[in-house]
Amino acid sequence: MELITDYIAFWQDKYDSILTYTYEHLVISFVVILLSIIVTVPLAIYMTKMKNEKIKNLIFNIANVFQTIPTVALLAIMIPLLGIGFIPSITALFLYALLPLLRNTYTGIKSIDPSIVEAAKGMGFSTFGRLFKIELPAALPYVMSGIRVTTVYIISWTTLAALIGGGGLGDLVLAGIGYNDKHMIFTGTILAIVIALILDLIFGKFEKKFSKA
Amino acid sequence: MIQLKNINKYYEDGFQALKAINLTFEEGKVNVLIGPSGCGKTTTMKLLNRLTDFTDGQILIDEKNIQEINPIELRRQMGYVIQNIGLFPHMTISENVATVPKLLKWDKQKIKEKVDALLTMVNLDPDIYRNRYPSELSGGQQQRIGVIRALAAEPSTILMDEPFSALDPISREQLQDELTRLQKEINKTIIFVTHDMDEAIKIADQIILMKDGQVVQKGSPQELLTNPANEFVKEFIGEERLGNALPPLSEFIIKDFPRISMEQRTEEAIDLMATNQLVEIPVVDGKGEYKGIVNLYQALNNKKATLAELVDDSIEAITRKVDTNFLMKKFHESKLMIFPVQSEQGKLEGIVEREDLYRFLQQFYERKSGGSVWN
Ligand SMILES: Nc1ncnc2c1ncn2[C@@H]1O[C@H](COP(=O)(O)OP(=O)(O)OP(=O)(O)O)[C@@H](O)[C@H]1O
Ligand SMILES: [Mg+2]
Repeated sequence: MELITDYIAFWQDKYDSILTYTYEHLVISFVVILLSIIVTVPLAIYMTKMKNEKIKNLIFNIANVFQTIPTVALLAIMIPLLGIGFIPSITALFLYALLPLLRNTYTGIKSIDPSIVEAAKGMGFSTFGRLFKIELPAALPYVMSGIRVTTVYIISWTTLAALIGGGGLGDLVLAGIGYNDKHMIFTGTILAIVIALILDLIFGKFEKKFSKA
Repeated sequence: MIQLKNINKYYEDGFQALKAINLTFEEGKVNVLIGPSGCGKTTTMKLLNRLTDFTDGQILIDEKNIQEINPIELRRQMGYVIQNIGLFPHMTISENVATVPKLLKWDKQKIKEKVDALLTMVNLDPDIYRNRYPSELSGGQQQRIGVIRALAAEPSTILMDEPFSALDPISREQLQDELTRLQKEINKTIIFVTHDMDEAIKIADQIILMKDGQVVQKGSPQELLTNPANEFVKEFIGEERLGNALPPLSEFIIKDFPRISMEQRTEEAIDLMATNQLVEIPVVDGKGEYKGIVNLYQALNNKKATLAELVDDSIEAITRKVDTNFLMKKFHESKLMIFPVQSEQGKLEGIVEREDLYRFLQQFYERKSGGSVWN
């Protein structure tokens, strides 16, 4: 009983800063997701049209390298390069998000039933018409599922941005560790989880709508 | 008219899919490509809308070199039903069907009417199916949509790659009938791929039987059934069907049947008929062209008349290309004992005797039924 009243008192006391941390967290995550979508989706489409296997593999390998660097290490590398704060956090997380998005979009478009592409060709679509009216819409369910998975990762990785001064719910957790404050640690963790779950749910709904087919 | 002249096709891996193909697809005819899996039917079809290119040879569409035709425009004028249906999963049924009319920028109302009419034609209630997605249809229903999608923009040529393969026998028959009707009505050139010989026989004007990238035999269903070129053709058609086919008309033609020339006297005609125990004799002119038939009794009753006066020129000769069944009908409708057959140039080739044909038919059906239907 005491535990709960204590926790309520903590919220009453801190809800202002909790909201700020949450807001920061969301901003970082969304900027990263948006940026990575803007870069990867067109790149992935371009790659599906690319004949040169070597260049394709090279791009995948580069994206893969960023993936294999431990998150904390990648963030740390940013400090000598870009200093601390918002920009280096975004950059590091963006590099991290590249591979899952690239791979999902690429395989999404690649996995369209070839007979659909052939039917579209046979019916007299131009290359561009086919891409925008048939291939992309048909691949949308896959692309959406890539975005969804990546978003959930990003929300969780963003917690680490606090390490290099990016802010967000990670700050709350770090501060909690510093003050040995269970409430702070708990709240930061739970909020990150809840945000991830809610977004997962929303994207899931979208995905279902698109994958009607 | 579409002509393929000496077409060879190698795929990138060096495999030769087509070998010296020569074909003509005539306007308003149903052409059926048939043959074992991998023989090059789909490849042949894809040459026609430029989905693949040939290695050498020439394809002419209405005398125009296909390589000078813009592929996009070419495809919009040719309906295409692909082997695996290929409906667009993110579009509703009506959007799928309306694809090419939309590309051609048809009026919205016209598109809607067309879509509804086509859905109705294949027994899918527009009110129920219009707004569904392909995944909400059964395989057979999807296939029907694939077919009407190719018809939507009213192309003059339609390429159909095994369009009815996923249908139950009843809907398949229905669509075959529909196709035959449609094609008679609007005179489309249809190129149709199938594995099903019965289907081919039923709908084809021309059957093209292929094997290993080559044309083994082409001709009307009747020609293939009655004159299979070799063992492979026989095997592919099947004993059962071969046994069921009537022989071609040419087998019944009696070439050395007596004939009389228009300039001869009536008495000569009577004599000739009497000696050969005939009641009818064909009349030809000086050039051997068929002019009509003279009846023995009429000649006897009007011995004074000339042959030119006696000849019944209302009896039109048939050509050897005519179906045996057709001649049987002709005999049924008339009292004639003989039927004249003329060449394309109008020369009298010979005649078919009623008695001869009927005797054969009797034996044919007795053999088939293993008993005696006629007594
Ligand atoms: N893109 C390709 N590259 C190499 N070979 C190919 C290609 N497409 C088809 N082939 C080969 O060409 C041959 C003819 O193929 P095609 O698809 O025309 O056969 P088909 O007669 O339509 O067979 P089915 O009845 O099974 O549909 C086959 O042996 C096939 O393996
Ligand atoms: Mg095929």
